[in-house]
Amino acid sequence: MSGVEDLYQEMILDHYKSPRNFGKLENPDSEIEGRNPLCGDHLVVQMRFEKDQIAEVAFEGDGCAISKASASVMTETIRGMTRGEFQEVFAVFQALVTGVESDSVLELGKLAAFGGVAAFPARVKCAVLAWHTAKAALEGHKGSISTEEKV
Amino acid sequence: MSRWRADFPGLDQVINGKELIYLDNAATTQKPEAVLAAVDYAQRIDCSNVHRGVHALSLRATASFEEARRKMARFINASSSEEVIFVRGATEAINLVAHSWGDTNIKRGDKVLVTELDHHSNIVPWQLVCERVGAQVEWVPVLMNGTLDLKVAHEILSSGEVKIFAFGHVSNALGTINPVQEMVAMAHEFGALALVDGAQASPHIAIDVEDLGADFYALSGHKMYGPSGIGVLWGKIEHLAGMPPWQGGGDMIRSVSIEGTTFAEPPFRFEAGTPNVAGAIGLGAASVFIEEAGLSAIAEHEALLVNKAAESLAEIKGVRLMGEKSKRVGAVSFVIDGVHPHDVGTLLDQEGIAVRTGHHCAQPLMDRLGIPATVRASFGLYNTLEEIDSLQAGVEKVVGVFA
Ligand SMILES: Cc1ncc(COP(=O)(O)O)c(C=O)c1O
Repeated sequence: MSGVEDLYQEMILDHYKSPRNFGKLENPDSEIEGRNPLCGDHLVVQMRFEKDQIAEVAFEGDGCAISKASASVMTETIRGMTRGEFQEVFAVFQALVTGVESDSVLELGKLAAFGGVAAFPARVKCAVLAWHTAKAALEGHKGSISTEEKV
Repeated sequence: MSRWRADFPGLDQVINGKELIYLDNAATTQKPEAVLAAVDYAQRIDCSNVHRGVHALSLRATASFEEARRKMARFINASSSEEVIFVRGATEAINLVAHSWGDTNIKRGDKVLVTELDHHSNIVPWQLVCERVGAQVEWVPVLMNGTLDLKVAHEILSSGEVKIFAFGHVSNALGTINPVQEMVAMAHEFGALALVDGAQASPHIAIDVEDLGADFYALSGHKMYGPSGIGVLWGKIEHLAGMPPWQGGGDMIRSVSIEGTTFAEPPFRFEAGTPNVAGAIGLGAASVFIEEAGLSAIAEHEALLVNKAAESLAEIKGVRLMGEKSKRVGAVSFVIDGVHPHDVGTLLDQEGIAVRTGHHCAQPLMDRLGIPATVRASFGLYNTLEEIDSLQAGVEKVVGVFA
């Protein structure tokens, strides 16, 4: 039995119960909604940029423990990153949660806690919802995106 | 123990190291040996097209297929098997009526009445026909206890502008039963027809379409111990006789010529192309299986399961049951404070317990109740009281993880 304890790690439960950067920014440069219509999860990611850097990022919404914790940890991780750095971390994170080998030497830090998701294919979409939403916001999309459509 | 359990080979398996506890019967039911054997025989031995050949095999297949139609007519107490149309399932049954009857009879400015409690498959086909013809969809609201606000239904119907009232017999999201006869009578009083979606009723309660008084009744084979890809649309012959075909092809014609085509009588007019022969025969076998088990015995057993599940879940701190208690048939739907249904589903699966989590294709209902999703445990005749104990223990464990 592949560990459900690996999925619901202490850190993930903590971020679910007390999400960080949860709320709204004062002057966001971009705001986008991400939805997973299959389970009803939805969240809004807001960002403020300084030049090419993500100066501030916040999120709001409702979802399962995996999607909410993932959004919370993401906001902590990507703050201060450039667009290029974001894309790089996202790629590594995506490899991690889908169980694909990655030759990246990036330090995953807290993101490593999501490694348990790989054993639960039905939950991968939960883990990447916030990331896809943030990516769309960075790329200047408006409105809302869904896990069931191409951005 | 349930005396019917041994008939279902699919139940006997280990999931995540635990004995499977299958509580997702409202999504689909397991299949008994009698159904598996009937489908197998239809494909292994009696494999032939129907209504076409003069050879022995085709005659045998046709006889079994038409026998299945008569079994389904008996199962729902239709006055004749001409009123029984084989379709892919409840979804296709409703789409057939929306296209064939709807496109002909619903005109610009008319209304179609649906409910917030219903499955998307009894909402979207009506939205589509209304868009096509320029009619209006009206909604019966759901009250916070999960029952329909029939006062509003009465008000909307009394305008005299509603052509058809489409509603479910038993809610798939809450497991609650609607007062079908009262609702049908209300529709008829104001000149509307009534379509009843019986997908969640047919495995649990005796259906008598004559007694219910409806004009159309839809059901899915796979939710009543039959195969998937087969279902029934029942319609009163006086409606079916006047309805145009909705799909063209073989089997539905009387004659085809360059000048034009004339169409077969119901039910064949609505069954274009080679049907799901083995599926229909399997569904006929499922109806016999249910009749032999006896719907009153099934209802009695399932009431024990539903009541025990409701009581034992209600004892758990943070669990909230949805839907009116006295009206539950075959399912309990619940939420846990501070725990998303999706996480409940994953954690219960680790205990070998299969439940459904999500919006159950009933988003208008979820919006009304102000929740994104629920956990639904739904029962079949093979479930046991011991399995309800395991469900309770599983949910307690979930609550523990998130405590
Ligand atoms: C109440 C209700 N109606 C309709 C359907 C659709 O049935 P099918 O997908 O078999 O066509 C379902 C199945 O989930 C249902 O529960």
